[in-house]
Amino acid sequence: MSRIGVFVCHCGENISATVDCEKVARISGELKGVEFSADYKYMCSDPGQTMLKDAIREHKLDGVVVAACSPRMHEPTFRNACAEAGLNPYLCEMSNIREHCSWVHPKSDLTTDKAESLVRVMVEKVKKNKALNSIKVPVTRTALVIGGGVAGIQAALDIANCGHKVVMVEKLPSIGGHMSQLSETFPTLDCSQCILTPRMVEVAQHPNITLYTYAEVESVDGFIGNFKVKVRKKSKSLDEHLCTGCGLCTTKCPQKKIPNEFERGLGFRPAIYVPFPQAVPNKPVIDRENCTYYIKGKCKVCEIVCPTKAIRFDQEDEIVEVDCGAIVLATGFDVLKPDFFPEYGYGKYKDVIDGLQFERLASASGPTQGMIRRPSDGEIPKKIVFVACAGSRDPAKGIEYCSKICCMYTAKHAMLYKHKVHDGTPYVFYMDIRAGGKNYEEFVRRAIVEDETHYVRGRVSTIYEKNGKLIVKGVDTLMGAQPVEIEADMVVLATAGVANKGSEELAQTVHVSYDAHKFFAEAHPKLKPVETNTAGIFLAGACQAPKDIPESVAAASGAAVKVAALFSNDLLTREPLIAVVNRQAPPVYSSCVGCFLCQSVCPYQAIEREEIKNRNGEVIRTLAKVNEGLCQGCGTCVALCRTKAIDIYGYSNQQVYSEIMALLND
Amino acid sequence: MQEFEPKIVAFVCNWCTYAGADLTGTSRIKYSANVKIIRFPCTGRIDFMILMKAFENGADGIIVSGCHPNDCHYSTGNFHARRRWIVLRNLLNFAGIETDRIQFSWVSAAEGFKWADVVNNTVAAIKEIGPYENYRKIAVSTLFNEEGASNE
Repeated sequence: MSRIGVFVCHCGENISATVDCEKVARISGELKGVEFSADYKYMCSDPGQTMLKDAIREHKLDGVVVAACSPRMHEPTFRNACAEAGLNPYLCEMSNIREHCSWVHPKSDLTTDKAESLVRVMVEKVKKNKALNSIKVPVTRTALVIGGGVAGIQAALDIANCGHKVVMVEKLPSIGGHMSQLSETFPTLDCSQCILTPRMVEVAQHPNITLYTYAEVESVDGFIGNFKVKVRKKSKSLDEHLCTGCGLCTTKCPQKKIPNEFERGLGFRPAIYVPFPQAVPNKPVIDRENCTYYIKGKCKVCEIVCPTKAIRFDQEDEIVEVDCGAIVLATGFDVLKPDFFPEYGYGKYKDVIDGLQFERLASASGPTQGMIRRPSDGEIPKKIVFVACAGSRDPAKGIEYCSKICCMYTAKHAMLYKHKVHDGTPYVFYMDIRAGGKNYEEFVRRAIVEDETHYVRGRVSTIYEKNGKLIVKGVDTLMGAQPVEIEADMVVLATAGVANKGSEELAQTVHVSYDAHKFFAEAHPKLKPVETNTAGIFLAGACQAPKDIPESVAAASGAAVKVAALFSNDLLTREPLIAVVNRQAPPVYSSCVGCFLCQSVCPYQAIEREEIKNRNGEVIRTLAKVNEGLCQGCGTCVALCRTKAIDIYGYSNQQVYSEIMALLND
Repeated sequence: MQEFEPKIVAFVCNWCTYAGADLTGTSRIKYSANVKIIRFPCTGRIDFMILMKAFENGADGIIVSGCHPNDCHYSTGNFHARRRWIVLRNLLNFAGIETDRIQFSWVSAAEGFKWADVVNNTVAAIKEIGPYENYRKIAVSTLFNEEGASNE
């Protein structure tokens, strides 16, 4: 006979506004096997938990149902409380009467009825629960950081400085990310590279960090504490140990007209190249798609001129296996592609550029040595129009969200332009100015007042070329929706920040969730902003949503602390909700017939073969056996098992059938 | 006459649809109270017996919902669920149960609105089909006996 306790939470008014909690508690108390029932304003509060613990002790409860919010929120809270009162935590279940009931239905008897039945379901389930002990697994104290932008760099350095090993994987030939492309940063106007490059060098020289550039993650297996990752190091066609980074090859390469990605197409690079002068590592790679040797089969000028004979034309991709205990995703963002803006003429007119291109124009190491010059003819523009929200906050373009960084960098661009071209006139078309952040509003004010930027509140409808000028047609909504027409020399579009190309595939490789815009999803928007739904995998920076540098760095340090906390344990505790093959006394041994269908569907290779031998040592039966360390508890094997020999703790056939029967037979 | 209020059970995975339904709640999007959720680790865990048990116990309709293809927390569980659904459809036809009584869908953790739509659409569809009453007639044992007899 069960002695179950039911605790119904009001959650302030979140539940009690639409559900009659007292009635739910009263009716639940009459259920068979329920020994005690109560309702309380906040079950998760200290007094609420104390009430739960006292009731367990006083009424000698052998099962607990807490009817409150989602178990994804507070299941650990109540399970811990049960454990503290001496009840096995896995004898505690939660009925979700908030997210799945009180918040989605109006106040009515029907809503209370539903809450009652949700409680009944869990009461029946908990009767079939088993006391379980958590599983301990060892932790590999190495972190994998995917992405070498400012967020990845910060996370890697923080983890490495805690004394743990870090492997950093960067897709491009150099670390640095978008921040290395920026000229100066808001709101202080300090030089981006000056603050970033020392950190890039620190990563390369840190004894705890192994850096793989020009590499991508191929596959991820395993689980928290014990991931097995395959990294593909793409061939650089170079022996990195021999190369001294002298750069002779890059000057002699006959291919010189390849659009430079780092300069956003505003400059050119050779086929063997270092992306930018401060690159880390400062050693070249051969771009095989554009290299004359790989296209035509002859050239090899770089090999001839290389003083250390470091060029390797026949080098193949290398697969490196990394064992790690945690993964930090720091893959950053991208900006919206130009084909989104036919009305703005991006891609059609050379002098319509995006914000990142403007950064390169303003950068002292950029294609114009920091002079603001028009891409078309190299003239210094006298009038620039900046268009904020180019794509952002525009459901018609499929991007409802605010890209967050554009208001600030547009103000910065206007300022930089004015500082470099004193007689120039900057215009900014904007929807709203969003300058929340330390010293941000003051910065925008400075752009308007000191640097005389003309802010026009309204949107740009079209841009076209006429007599060598770009005609920008828009509207000034603060002047009674008056049409505005500006003859500009150059237009800069603050294009929306979007998820990186391939982020969806990476999310699927690493097994994390992502949102409708392909940004990686955090486990909880407020309380678990750097965690993902997959234990042991964390988020840093703009791969989660558009973020500025301080935010990315803060998130990266947050993720690093989570990793360090994980690595501070010798053993990790894992939920014991895993599959198990039934065992019985000889001569039956098990209802498993040894078909091993389970083995073929297990995504974790967790099904092993167990041989049962007779006294003479002869194998008489071969049964399936679940490896506790590998099983993640998905239950696919359970559904497939023909003889129902495998079951899963926490979601066993008995539990599920009890739930169904309780739910439908009211 | 009182309007028919169908009993619908939703079998959902913990990682995508359960979280999606949580988001529906957090966003205060309203939907029909006819649907009650039972949580599973993965749609891969949901076998025929579970669905049949629901019909046997008087469900008028069932929703099975998990992660979108390729998004499964366990890599492949939802693919197994999808394959099983294709096989189950034939079984349902064979057993004389309208296939529309089971709605199979993908709802991610970010799709709070979609979950409300899935629920409301299913409720509307089941109201259209009407109550499911003949479960006792086609109890698995009866079927087995009849089939067994005809094979001889």
